[in-house]
Amino acid sequence: MESGNLELQYFLSGITKGSIYAVVAIGFNLIYSATGVLNFAQGEFVMLGGMVAVTLARFVPLPVALAGAVVIVALVGCLLEILFFRRLQRHSILHLVIITIGLSIVLQEIALHLWDEKVRSLPYFTGNEISTLKFLGAAISPQVLWVLATVAVIVVLLHIFLKYTLPGRAMRAGSSNPSAAMLAGINIANMRTLAFGLSAAIGALAGCVISPITMTHYEMGAPLAIKGFAAAIVGGLGNPMAAVLGGLMVGVLEAYSVSRLPAAYSDVTVFAVLLLVLFVRPHGFWGRPGGESVREH
Amino acid sequence: MLLQVKNLRCGYGSLEVVHGISLHVCAGEIVGLLGANGAGKTSLLKSVVGLLQPWQGEIHVDGRPTRGQAAWRSISHSMVLVPEGKMIFADLTVRENLLIGGYRNPDRAMQIEIVFDRFPLLRERASQLGGTLSGGEQQMLALGRALMARPKILLLDEPSLGLAPLMVKEVFDEIVRMRDQGLTVLLVEQNVTATLQVADRAYVMETGDIILEGQAADLMHNPEVKRAYLGKGGKEIWE
Ligand SMILES: Nc1ncnc2c1ncn2[C@@H]1O[C@H](COP(=O)(O)OP(=O)(O)OP(=O)(O)O)[C@@H](O)[C@H]1O
Ligand SMILES: [Mg+2]
Repeated sequence: MESGNLELQYFLSGITKGSIYAVVAIGFNLIYSATGVLNFAQGEFVMLGGMVAVTLARFVPLPVALAGAVVIVALVGCLLEILFFRRLQRHSILHLVIITIGLSIVLQEIALHLWDEKVRSLPYFTGNEISTLKFLGAAISPQVLWVLATVAVIVVLLHIFLKYTLPGRAMRAGSSNPSAAMLAGINIANMRTLAFGLSAAIGALAGCVISPITMTHYEMGAPLAIKGFAAAIVGGLGNPMAAVLGGLMVGVLEAYSVSRLPAAYSDVTVFAVLLLVLFVRPHGFWGRPGGESVREH
Repeated sequence: MLLQVKNLRCGYGSLEVVHGISLHVCAGEIVGLLGANGAGKTSLLKSVVGLLQPWQGEIHVDGRPTRGQAAWRSISHSMVLVPEGKMIFADLTVRENLLIGGYRNPDRAMQIEIVFDRFPLLRERASQLGGTLSGGEQQMLALGRALMARPKILLLDEPSLGLAPLMVKEVFDEIVRMRDQGLTVLLVEQNVTATLQVADRAYVMETGDIILEGQAADLMHNPEVKRAYLGKGGKEIWE
């Protein structure tokens, strides 16, 4: 009985971490399908979201600080696209990857200078670090529910946006066939900026909800980007909803690895499974062969 | 004059493929633009809408100069290009493809009913993915998508490409119907006979230049037209 609860505890902690990977993976996918860029600076949006919110929360109520952080980081995302990617559409995918890695390092440096190397965190949204809820015999923090609910809302709203609104459909049309989308009157360059902004916004929101649990630190972005990338690949690049399942898988795998093997093995486990998946299904679990980016057309 | 092109030059890299072409299309006309493979027809259309930046020349749509503008603005001049190879949004449904066609048309919800009435097949297939339509159905979708913007002038790039003869006839009949309802059409084609039958006037291009122009009925009997195709080693399209 006791060990059953422990299993559940690991599972829940895996799902919590995994839902953050899922958000990073969704951001990867959004940007990749709209612009063809594999954005390894995606994790920095999560870090910046947390950092900005922590600072704002000193002056304004928490909900306002969260909204402010999301808006500010979204603007940073738009700005990055306008400054670095708008003019570089013809560059090879490798160049662009290197640029995003460079940006990730620069953003970390900027964060280090704007703030410092200290670990900080937002207050728990409800309750505090010792309040727990009982769930099937496992003790969980209410913040975990905040994380899961926020991620669920992000996923549902994004789905509605892409599927049922004109700008969302225009974004998908632009990924599907940029020339034809332009001929229909869609300003593709602005759509790409919007994809960066959206991606940054959801990353920042994830960075806020997770902050009370995992803390916020200027170096937290890079590992998130790698795990989020793995999640996107496992799920199938080009399919934002598959990214969610990919993210949850990576999180749960990691949690179980930590529970059974020395902590240092958790990345090894995740990437061993990633490689295995790619051997069996080169396009990920739910990706389609041919569901590639705009850049290859 | 709905469309006027003067002395247009364009190309790729340092290679010029259109060498100073002038042409015009008046309201209510169907104008054919004929030429063998590689003559530069598609390049000409692309630079008219801004997908390819013209090197030189003037373009006026409905009296307004449009040269140098971004491609996504071309639609605001009531001009729509139906590109070569249809360019359907494969992973959007038929309905979504049409709605995107009406992206700049605030009355798109009403217009889609008009398009559905015109192409009942598209209504039947409304929730099917664009990429799963047959070639002929995709051509209908491409035409329907263009009509969603309520254009005054349509530029059609080889709408009969790859279609069976029966379907080709249907597409050409549709073009005539659209003209009869007030649309103006610039029709780029390889199918010489069918084009000259529906067109009022036509231009014949050869390696980047216009070598002939005139009334469609006169060109029908002009041996030079045939030479422009066969002389370039073009396939036999003269029935
Ligand atoms: N993207 C490109 N880059 C370089 N050259 C190109 C490009 N597109 C076309 N060309 C060249 O420009 C010339 C004209 O091509 P274009 O597609 O305009 O001909 P076309 O008349 O439309 O032929 P078709 O009837 O086969 O469609 C060709 O020699 C072609 O090789
Ligand atoms: Mg062509």
